[in-house]
Amino acid sequence: MHSNSYTLLYAAAISVVTAVILAVTSEGLKPLQEANVALDTKKNILRSVRIASDDRATIEQTYNANVQEMVVNSAGEVVPDASAKAIRLKDQVNKTPGERLLPLYVYTGEAGKKYYVVPVYGVGLWGPIWGYVALEDDFNTVYGAFFDHKGETPGLGAEISEKPFQEQFQGKEILSDQDQFVSVHVVKPADKFDLGTEHRVDGISGGTITSRGVDAMLKNCIEPYLGYFESVKSSTGAVMPEPK
Amino acid sequence: MSVESTSAPAVQEKKKEALFSKKNIRTLRDPLDDNNPITVQVLGICSALAVTVQVKPALIMAVGVIFVTAFSNLITSLLRNSIPNRVRIIVQLIIVATLVTIVDQVLKAYMFDVSKKLSVFVGLIITNCIVMGRLEAFALAQKPWPSFLDGVGNGVGYGIILVVVAIFRELFGAGTLMGYHVIPQWAYDHGYVNNGLMVLPPAALFVIGVYIWAQRSWNKKLVNVS
Repeated sequence: MHSNSYTLLYAAAISVVTAVILAVTSEGLKPLQEANVALDTKKNILRSVRIASDDRATIEQTYNANVQEMVVNSAGEVVPDASAKAIRLKDQVNKTPGERLLPLYVYTGEAGKKYYVVPVYGVGLWGPIWGYVALEDDFNTVYGAFFDHKGETPGLGAEISEKPFQEQFQGKEILSDQDQFVSVHVVKPADKFDLGTEHRVDGISGGTITSRGVDAMLKNCIEPYLGYFESVKSSTGAVMPEPK
Repeated sequence: MSVESTSAPAVQEKKKEALFSKKNIRTLRDPLDDNNPITVQVLGICSALAVTVQVKPALIMAVGVIFVTAFSNLITSLLRNSIPNRVRIIVQLIIVATLVTIVDQVLKAYMFDVSKKLSVFVGLIITNCIVMGRLEAFALAQKPWPSFLDGVGNGVGYGIILVVVAIFRELFGAGTLMGYHVIPQWAYDHGYVNNGLMVLPPAALFVIGVYIWAQRSWNKKLVNVS
């Protein structure tokens, strides 16, 4: 039997040694990992405008050529000196809409048609869920959507990251006929729903809490952008405020 | 291999055992079939259910587990005489957790897509019963080289099942293997449909069940085991 002090020392020593090994590994691999995450973000933004590619060079090239990053606020002004990359959505979504910094990605497609990609962030059942919703230049019609999650149940809540769920959003509308914001709702097929089908998509059987999370996330994250959308709409014909 | 050969303690051995003696080969080969961790010992089932939808993640997962079982066995065996008995489980856990974290970090850096697919299951290798089981049952009482072989054997035994199950699930669930379409278009044109059940976790349970059945009918040693 080893003595108490030996046991304690042994435990301390092995903790320190493994901690050093892990710290070195983590630091050494960090640049590569961050590059991967940045690329993944770009890829996902492009997914929302229906461009699917897995090739690193293609993604970088398409993104850099066509996507403009900007930051706006709910009053509809472009915030200068703010970088969309530096904003952590997680910190923003719990603030009141007026205080949020809102990153916006503007994708210019063929023939100069613009798509406005709104990043969204919320909670599912087991952890965070997030995504990108691309709106057409009428600021109403959803062109495409992409969602991902940290740890939703495979086969159930995790289905939000699959194509069939995301494709449902194409062509849906976020504004009512009176131009009021109603969002796109994710509802159980059997639920009573008063708004038209252009505002609803079917939730996932067995993934109700995740579906509700998507529903709440869309409402919470898209609404603050309306101010900016209004200001762009009202200045139609005028030059769009030059984003940074 | 230089690591293992230098690490074999030669002091208490009178006659040096060959690196690939019959006994060592058995240590390596047993877990592949006769004593397979999944189908015979029925350990590590949960990750086998979860990561076998496609062949590629299953392969990567298998490599990760082989790395962890092999090196945790080796390290534990090297330390076996110094580990205080009262905290041995914690020490084993630290070793395993360190290795798993390294695997996770490396995957995130070099194979981001796969690491996203495997998500939590890489981290859950720590709790995989096979790893701790081999440490407790083998590495704590054996020399480093046999322990290393035992780790590799058990990792490969686990990996074989993973890949076999994944081949069935990907082929029948999505019509692809390693992401390439295998089932020709004319089959779909003539009414063939991918089996949606194969994509869901229960399918892995069925496939493993059938594998165990098949294995027990061809391998007579397993009749009346467990």
